[in-house]
Amino acid sequence: MSASAVHSLWTTAADPISKIDAPKIEYGQLSPTLIVVGAAVVGVLIEAIVPRKSRYYAQVFVSAVALTAAFAAVVALAADGYGTTKAGIAAMGAIAVDGPALFLQGTILLAGLVGLFTFAERRLDPAAHGNRVDSFAAQAASVPGSESEKAAVKAGFTTTEVFPLLLFAVAGMLVFPAANDLLTLFIALEVFSLPLYLMCALARRKRLMSQEAAVKYFLLGAFASAFTLFGIALLYGYAGSVSYATIAQVVDGTLTTVDPALANTMGNDALLLIGMGMLVMGLLFKVGAVPFHMWTPDVYQGAPTPVTGFMAAATKVAAFGALLRVLYVVLPGLRWDWRPVMWAVAIITMLGGAIVAITQTDIKRLLAYSSIAHAGFILAGVIATTPDGVSSVLFYLAAYSFVTIGAFAVVTLVRDAGGEATHLSKWAGLGRRSPLVAAVFAVFLLAFAGIPLTSGFAGKFAVFKAAAEGGAAPLVVVGVISSAIAAFFYIRVIVLMFFSEPRPEGPTVAVPSPLTMTAIGVGVAVTLVLGVAPQYFLDLASDAGVFVR
Amino acid sequence: MENLIALLIAAPLLGAAVLLCGGRRLDAVGHWIGTVLAAVSFVFGAILFVDLLGKDAEHRTLTQHLFSWIPVEGFQADVAFRLDQLSMTFVLLITGVGSLIHLYSVGYMEHDERRRRFFGYLNLFLAAMLLLVLADNYLLLYVGWEGVGLASYLLIGFWQHKPSAATAAKKAFLVNRVGDMGLSIAIMIMFTTFGTFAFGPLLGTHEEPGLVGETSEGTLTAIGLMLLLAACGKSAQVPLQSWLGDAMEGPTPVSALIHAATMVTAGVYLIVRSGAIFNAAPDAQLLVTIVGAVTLLFGAIVGCAKDDIKKALAGSTMSQIGYMVLAAGLGPIGYVFAIMHLVTHGFFKAGLFLGAGSVMHGMNDEVDMRKYGGLRKYMPVTFITFGLGYLAIIGFPGLSGFFSKDKIIEAAFAKGGTEGWILGGCALLGAAITAYYMTRVMVLTFFGEKRWQPDEHGHEPHPHESPSSMTIPMILLAFGSVFAGGLFSVGDRFLHWLEPITGHDHGDAPISAATVTASTVAVMVIGVTAAYLQYGRRPVPVVAPRGSLLTRAARRDLLQDDFNHVVLVRGGEHLTRSLVYIDHTLVDGVVNGTAASVGGLSGRLRKLQNGFARSYAVSMFGGAALLVAATLLMRAV
Repeated sequence: MSASAVHSLWTTAADPISKIDAPKIEYGQLSPTLIVVGAAVVGVLIEAIVPRKSRYYAQVFVSAVALTAAFAAVVALAADGYGTTKAGIAAMGAIAVDGPALFLQGTILLAGLVGLFTFAERRLDPAAHGNRVDSFAAQAASVPGSESEKAAVKAGFTTTEVFPLLLFAVAGMLVFPAANDLLTLFIALEVFSLPLYLMCALARRKRLMSQEAAVKYFLLGAFASAFTLFGIALLYGYAGSVSYATIAQVVDGTLTTVDPALANTMGNDALLLIGMGMLVMGLLFKVGAVPFHMWTPDVYQGAPTPVTGFMAAATKVAAFGALLRVLYVVLPGLRWDWRPVMWAVAIITMLGGAIVAITQTDIKRLLAYSSIAHAGFILAGVIATTPDGVSSVLFYLAAYSFVTIGAFAVVTLVRDAGGEATHLSKWAGLGRRSPLVAAVFAVFLLAFAGIPLTSGFAGKFAVFKAAAEGGAAPLVVVGVISSAIAAFFYIRVIVLMFFSEPRPEGPTVAVPSPLTMTAIGVGVAVTLVLGVAPQYFLDLASDAGVFVR
Repeated sequence: MENLIALLIAAPLLGAAVLLCGGRRLDAVGHWIGTVLAAVSFVFGAILFVDLLGKDAEHRTLTQHLFSWIPVEGFQADVAFRLDQLSMTFVLLITGVGSLIHLYSVGYMEHDERRRRFFGYLNLFLAAMLLLVLADNYLLLYVGWEGVGLASYLLIGFWQHKPSAATAAKKAFLVNRVGDMGLSIAIMIMFTTFGTFAFGPLLGTHEEPGLVGETSEGTLTAIGLMLLLAACGKSAQVPLQSWLGDAMEGPTPVSALIHAATMVTAGVYLIVRSGAIFNAAPDAQLLVTIVGAVTLLFGAIVGCAKDDIKKALAGSTMSQIGYMVLAAGLGPIGYVFAIMHLVTHGFFKAGLFLGAGSVMHGMNDEVDMRKYGGLRKYMPVTFITFGLGYLAIIGFPGLSGFFSKDKIIEAAFAKGGTEGWILGGCALLGAAITAYYMTRVMVLTFFGEKRWQPDEHGHEPHPHESPSSMTIPMILLAFGSVFAGGLFSVGDRFLHWLEPITGHDHGDAPISAATVTASTVAVMVIGVTAAYLQYGRRPVPVVAPRGSLLTRAARRDLLQDDFNHVVLVRGGEHLTRSLVYIDHTLVDGVVNGTAASVGGLSGRLRKLQNGFARSYAVSMFGGAALLVAATLLMRAV
């Protein structure tokens, strides 16, 4: 290269380059997510700076304040009309701020807050060497049963990192149902999945089982993510864009300009259909629909029970939110292609979850299969493809998440020498020994079963009504049959608790701190309020049921 | 003035609430609280009565709308009251006789440690009975109907430590349920047919027929039959009569108030109130007269054979209500006389029961009339008041029963045709038997030699007159027994009073009124003479003789319980046994089979969950492949 050429490079570089427009970020409308992410970063810093003894308190405080503030921000946005009249797209088209997004974010934040209470519980396990301990491993990196683990326990270590992990997971979940392009969707998916994988591995008791669950969850989750990502790639190839609105326009045929670089693939229906199938499969994995459900029982059983409760509630809310948005905003034009397939998935999910649950002997696995059946019921509402369908799913998710966290919180209370006594046979006669705890659990089971005057009934009724009106009457029939099958195993637990003789060496019921009591109390209160007077909340969900495009 | 109507009910309801919730600290004054509140209710009733008398005959209906009870689109039920001449009559009877019996109970229940509770129940009964007669729609009437049923149950079983009382209460409740079922079905038919159960729009007035006038006779017959079933239950008419005799297990004031004067007449009220329905359903109406005629003979025959003074009077009650039902079944010819007899009967039968209670009070609760005899010397006031009641019920000329019963017999003949002759004949025959069994009661109790003996503990009864709190009500009721009939009949006062509500029709009498009156008096004399010859002239055996087949059957209440046992109890047992068999084999077979197959499926599906992440991944991959393939296939099809 000659000197002059080099010189010209210099001079060219000196030319003023065209300005990059600063992206326009609506910080106000994104504030719920930003607050949570910020608090999560602060949580990481706390781990680095704050002395070990004080970390627990600092972390719980920061997390609680952040979740409360983020919920307040959601309420403020909704009150300002961002759920209805001012709904719009923020952050350069990446995030939608609309009714469903705000409703689901509010639900996730409340579930996160209640979940935080169960995370922070430190009175259930007997104190080890004078240190109060929570449900999480003393030192996650130590090999189970090793000397280093014993040393960590003796030193009173606790894994306070779970609190920032929880916040990161919540942040991802907040973005997931609000994502308005496929890349944001994928990033949100990973942001909330990775902390969950980690948290699953952190159980204080039965650590091997916990770690096995985490590995399975991670492997299968990565497998599913790969499908999702590949689906996204195919959809990009089809539409030349990852934006929801653009893909929808291409599907509808209203946008026909072809990107020359993608001239070979754009408009190819095979890409669209395969891409859609793989994307939807990734989402179905997260909601735990059959046949992508097989991780659920193992992970629910192995994970620390507070994590299970949080995960079962919040993941489901976030994943169904994303599924709704993909099906209603991106693919409404393909309704006649995806509905039959989703019908089949809903049917086998409802029946599969309910039938396999019958023979379960572990309470956490039982609740896992129950959550699979519930995913099927919610899918029935999703398939309705009507505004009522959206609002009924929103209501169902809100109702279901509180019942779930409450039920798993009760599971943490029933303990014997080996930690939580999750085998069903140990629950025999619990109602004689601890009538209040058994009664509360019975309320949750009745809500799961959808008995009137509980939130489960109101939710199930709304979903089935929407499905029937949306032309899916056979689904409703299957749903009712599955509900009948499911009622069997819920009631069986109630019978076991109240009408069986207590076993002599049965478990004891630990007296929790006000934290878990609050979590359970909120669960019962929401269950009964939504069951007895659901109308206000149905109206709320109905007002929030419109997606922005 | 309308606002007083609710207070009428509120007074005894308040009493019931205070007495039943107040606890032991009210034990000392509870009975007076109950009595005063009953009297307050009576005073309100009297004020309203004077107010009604001040209006002209066509405008004597007061209504009070208290609140909307069930305001649902297409299903409106109000708590609203209607006070007209018919309900006014009942209000005065219920509160008047009710107050007297409260007063009487103060003395009668003096030694019972649960007296406060007893008065609470009595007040509850008054409130429910007033609600029944004041309700402005059938649904509210039903509330009162069930309320009196509850009060009746509680009071029959008041001495629940006696198994017989507990059983009797249960029996009364169960039999009444059958009737209540009839009422609820009638109300359901009304609602589906008319969309309302309010009296006003449903029944209308004489000038403007209500919705009833626009309906087919078949529907009205169905409603009428169901109402009749209800009336049979509450008023102890054949075939639901079996509970009344056993109900005498309750304290005697209860028998006087509930099972003689007021509650058992609710069926008559129901039929008369629903006159518009029955007038348009002749078949139902005919059945009403048949039920009345059969019951009046049935009760009279049973009354002849009983040695228990209260059970004899219970048979008589059944028979007298039979008269009223018969009259109510005659339609406009008889409505007024049904109610008139109801009122006079309320006086004299309550008086007779109180007299019986007074006798028992003096005779250590002995009820067997064969162990009485000659009591007139020992309890003169009871003897005189009971005697006046006796003369009234047998229809001694000039006393209350004479006027009212005679009118019913006349009306029965006035029905016309063969039916008229048969019904009139039955009524006349009933009058003869009434005279017979009442004379028997009178003679066995108050005349002849004393027949009482020491009981197993050696205590010989010392018959004595009852305290004044008991005798005063008896005296007042005796006044009613003597004068009420005349007061009502002279100048047809009662007829004019009630006619605007019930309507009236003279019918076509085949024989003159004078002939009927003469025959009535004649059969009465025959009945009295026969009884006197049998019981007054010959010594009465203390142990009842074996008696004829009819006597033995009548002692067993004409085999009603045996019939119920064989047909209903055995039949019911067979039915349930076969249903259980079907349930066990067929239903359970299907259910258990389904459950077993679902369980088996569950066990097999469960094996798919083998714990290996690789298997799970295969399942996911297969699922995804199917999902995509199916989507593509859907497009291809």
